[in-house]
Amino acid sequence: MSILVIAEHDNSSLKQATLNVVAAAKAIGGDIDVLVAGENCGAVAEAAAKAEGVNKVLVADNAAYGHFLAENLGELVAEVGKGYSHILAAAGTTGKDFMPRVAALLDVAQVSDIIRVESEDTFVRPIYAGNAIATVKSSDSIKVVTVRPTAFDPVAADGGSAAVEQIDVVKDAGLSTFVGEEKAQSDRPDLASADIVISGGRGMQNGDNFKMLEQVADLLGAAVGASRAAVDAGFVPNDMQVGQTGKIVAPQLYIAVGISGAIQHLAGMSESKVIVAINKDEEAPIFQVADYGLVADLFEAVPQLEEELKKVL
Amino acid sequence: MKVLVAVKRVIDYNVKVRVKPDNTGVDLANVKMAMNPFCEIAVEEAVRLKEKGVASEIVVVSIGPKAAQEQIRTALALGADRGIHVETDEEVQSLEAAKLLKAVVEKEEPKLVILGKQSIDSDNNQTGQMLAALTGMGQGTFASEVVVEGDKVNVTREVDGGLMTVSLNLPAVVTTDLRLNEPRYASLPNIMKAKKKPLDNMSPADLGVDIAPRLSTLKVEAPASRQAGVKVADVAELVDKLKNEAKVI
Repeated sequence: MSILVIAEHDNSSLKQATLNVVAAAKAIGGDIDVLVAGENCGAVAEAAAKAEGVNKVLVADNAAYGHFLAENLGELVAEVGKGYSHILAAAGTTGKDFMPRVAALLDVAQVSDIIRVESEDTFVRPIYAGNAIATVKSSDSIKVVTVRPTAFDPVAADGGSAAVEQIDVVKDAGLSTFVGEEKAQSDRPDLASADIVISGGRGMQNGDNFKMLEQVADLLGAAVGASRAAVDAGFVPNDMQVGQTGKIVAPQLYIAVGISGAIQHLAGMSESKVIVAINKDEEAPIFQVADYGLVADLFEAVPQLEEELKKVL
Repeated sequence: MKVLVAVKRVIDYNVKVRVKPDNTGVDLANVKMAMNPFCEIAVEEAVRLKEKGVASEIVVVSIGPKAAQEQIRTALALGADRGIHVETDEEVQSLEAAKLLKAVVEKEEPKLVILGKQSIDSDNNQTGQMLAALTGMGQGTFASEVVVEGDKVNVTREVDGGLMTVSLNLPAVVTTDLRLNEPRYASLPNIMKAKKKPLDNMSPADLGVDIAPRLSTLKVEAPASRQAGVKVADVAELVDKLKNEAKVI
């Protein structure tokens, strides 16, 4: 077996998610090559070559790949990947964008967002936003798979010494061009990959009160999320939503403040390692999944939490 | 220009999902079904494009059992002009759905195809991208803004850590994310009118597509359930437990 892992990066540094995907590749077994497609991405290739368990790094360095446009990456990966038994990428927004194109061009199914490897052709993945866990088997000759990074412990970033090989495959589909980007202007980590998330629900009463959560988040280096109820009530924008129709998160610590725990919210955060719930209603369903529950008025508890954290951090 | 919107019938998002005791799947007997939330956003976007005079006709397509006509009628009540039902009782996976939609695209020749980014049942997030690849179109996935300008469409995409805008040649495929719009509700008069709008019925065989699945589901289980933990008396105890017991801060 031979596995091609598509590196996730920003042309200057390798994203950690790539190391999680290599770990998934190791669980499948076989030679692992990493494809770095980008523009002026030599440093990324060097970093990938040092990752544990990598056999060879292939570099496709061309302006056509500079912004990771799915139309171009799809053709490249289908071309380079057709000699492999498996093609793996992280299930982030880049992988989710181009990998189905790869599968379609190769006329194979894709297995999305796996959380466990059972064997070379059998994978475990959440469906219904994690309310059910499916074990699926692929009968295709090439397995195109996206991997949920938080489900696999990353391989070591150092210690490997893979060969780096330039490949001269230029695929410019001519269908799309990059116009611009707007990086989130926050010093806080990205909600989907943060180690700690603090979320507010309808109990927050308005958007201004989310500042209380932001202050705690800044102490903890946490991201701030919200329940759908808080979004629907107009307190905060939709991109903060954690839940079945929002972001699925699995941080080390999830703090739910003023969130009752509707099914649709629990589906988005119940994979978190440790869950804290602060709610004045002791019957709230959120307490049934919380490791630590505090029955209290959040307008007293959150400022106290900030003070207590200042003492210990 | 003509806009094609694909919609899927799925379990209503407010329904608690229960795994069947024999682990063959999720229990859908007597469960409320609805249009996939991301597909509602796709329909709404098409209707807004028509209201702006950008779209001239909205064709809505759904693949699924007879009952999927309910979701097509819902889309018609929201403002789509006519429906296409690709009827099958078989499971249709993403690649096969994309092939069926490709056949519909070849018949209808829309300038823009709008789909939800994923369905909340299988959570695959594949069909739009696969359709784009099979038809040789560009794609704007996870869209939060769609602006048609001449023979191009600019799509602002929700990506990890921010937003990214791409310009695509038309025809193109767009898949919707949550922030694109807030879907309206259908009014009663429009629901009545929708019953008279044309709805074509066809089978996968009529479209010449083999829908045999490539993936087999060996089992479906309930996720490991979490045990309720302990109640703490106050914030000080909470912080102490997080630091010294759970060791997460």
